Amino acid sequence: MSNSSPETHAEPLVRLVGVEKKLGRQKVLRGVDLEIRQGEKMVIIGRSGGGKSVLLKHIIGLMQPDAGQVWFRDKDLAQMTEEQLVPLRKETGMLFQNGALFDSLTVGENVAFPLREKGGISEDEIQAEVERALKIVDLPRQEQKWPSELSGGMRKRVALARAAIAKPALMLYDEPTSGLDPIVADSINKLMIRLGHELNMTSVIVTHDMVSAREVGDRIAMLHEGRIYCVDQPAAVLESEDPIVKRFVNGISDASDAIF
Amino acid sequence: MGMLKMGGQLVFLFQDIIRCLFVYRIRFGLLVRQLDFIGAKSVPVVIITGGFIGAVFAAQCEFQFRALGMSSAVGPVVAIAMCRELGPVLCALMIAGRVGSAMAAELATMKITEQIDALRALAVYPTEYLIVPRFLAMLISLPILVGLAIICGIGAGFYVAVHVLGVPGVYYWNNMIKYTHDKDIWIGVVKGFFFGLIILLVGCNKGLQSSQGAEGVGLATTEAVVDAFIIVLIANFFFTFLLNAIL
Repeated sequence: MSNSSPETHAEPLVRLVGVEKKLGRQKVLRGVDLEIRQGEKMVIIGRSGGGKSVLLKHIIGLMQPDAGQVWFRDKDLAQMTEEQLVPLRKETGMLFQNGALFDSLTVGENVAFPLREKGGISEDEIQAEVERALKIVDLPRQEQKWPSELSGGMRKRVALARAAIAKPALMLYDEPTSGLDPIVADSINKLMIRLGHELNMTSVIVTHDMVSAREVGDRIAMLHEGRIYCVDQPAAVLESEDPIVKRFVNGISDASDAIF
Repeated sequence: MGMLKMGGQLVFLFQDIIRCLFVYRIRFGLLVRQLDFIGAKSVPVVIITGGFIGAVFAAQCEFQFRALGMSSAVGPVVAIAMCRELGPVLCALMIAGRVGSAMAAELATMKITEQIDALRALAVYPTEYLIVPRFLAMLISLPILVGLAIICGIGAGFYVAVHVLGVPGVYYWNNMIKYTHDKDIWIGVVKGFFFGLIILLVGCNKGLQSSQGAEGVGLATTEAVVDAFIIVLIANFFFTFLLNAIL
């Protein structure tokens, strides 16, 4: 498929080359090649259990590939140790599927966490930033609550505030809208777009949600059987006549998918 | 094979902790929180454990020694047993049950809910943030808790022997002071230190290595206790000879 997009000439921020990963006995990634350009919002779609989250974790080195390279700017993460990756991760943020809030900290402490770790910021400024971030995700004055007191959707929004508060250059979203009602999902979509524009963030979004993919993505990549099957602009992918893409996008199962 | 693998993991974890101690600043807030959880909140169980063991041990000794007319020998016997064996071992078993299991459960839960990955994604090295404060808190707390168990055991033994069973208090006390040496107390405290290390490493390792799902958390928790018990009991045997020779 063609590869045209408004930012064709932009430098890639992340470049995956032949990434392979085996989990247990299953080969989840079988040679993934993908470029994510500076400033773009790349949506990755694919079947459940198809390795999308695993792919996302490779991009910030939470997982190391069995083979292949993961380039972030001019560094190959695959060659780095856990501790060498720590400074690089100050430039990245990740929204986990279920939020992954620290349940020993309050909502406010969770959101403040990246700022406190960064250091050099006064407590007053941190409080102001936290307040602002929680307002943006539509959870004002929830600082004192514990994560266990929040619903799934609220937890996800707090997690989004936490991931974005330090204004990372690269944001990774692992199913940001799954399990949310359509209105909250839409607000998350708008937030992702807004963060991209205002902070010139590069985003990688793993999702099943075609509405979200269409609305947010500059480009869509489909992961199929451990490889990137196609990369293109949303309209081209969503209206594709390719049987595999079409079936996925329109959510059509066939006899071999029957679970009974 | 499993034992060998676990041994290797414990060595690597220990090495990583020691390195982090030198490379990173210590997080005092987290250390205080762990001191409270591991140390302060364990005080009641340790008092009960030490006290009742000292009391029954004194009673059993007195029953046997009375026939020989050596009731006042109960004092040093109880004191030495409490210092060298009962204090450190029973205290370690209580802490393994109370703290080792909680550590394994907490870390395993953090692992399956991706909180450890979130920590890594937020540019924090997990060993430094999660393990080092627990490590320091355990090594500070356990020797003190062992000391507390010893004191309670000796006190309870004195009370039972003298006030309940009628052993003359002065003889009991004087014999105890005469035959209990600094060495006995040191053996207890040093054992406590190493048992703390064992409980910490086993508990944290089980938590960090746990497999996915609720089952993984349960398994990590029980294994943390059982393995720590077994290692403490076996290590105790060797420490007994080693410390007796070198202290």
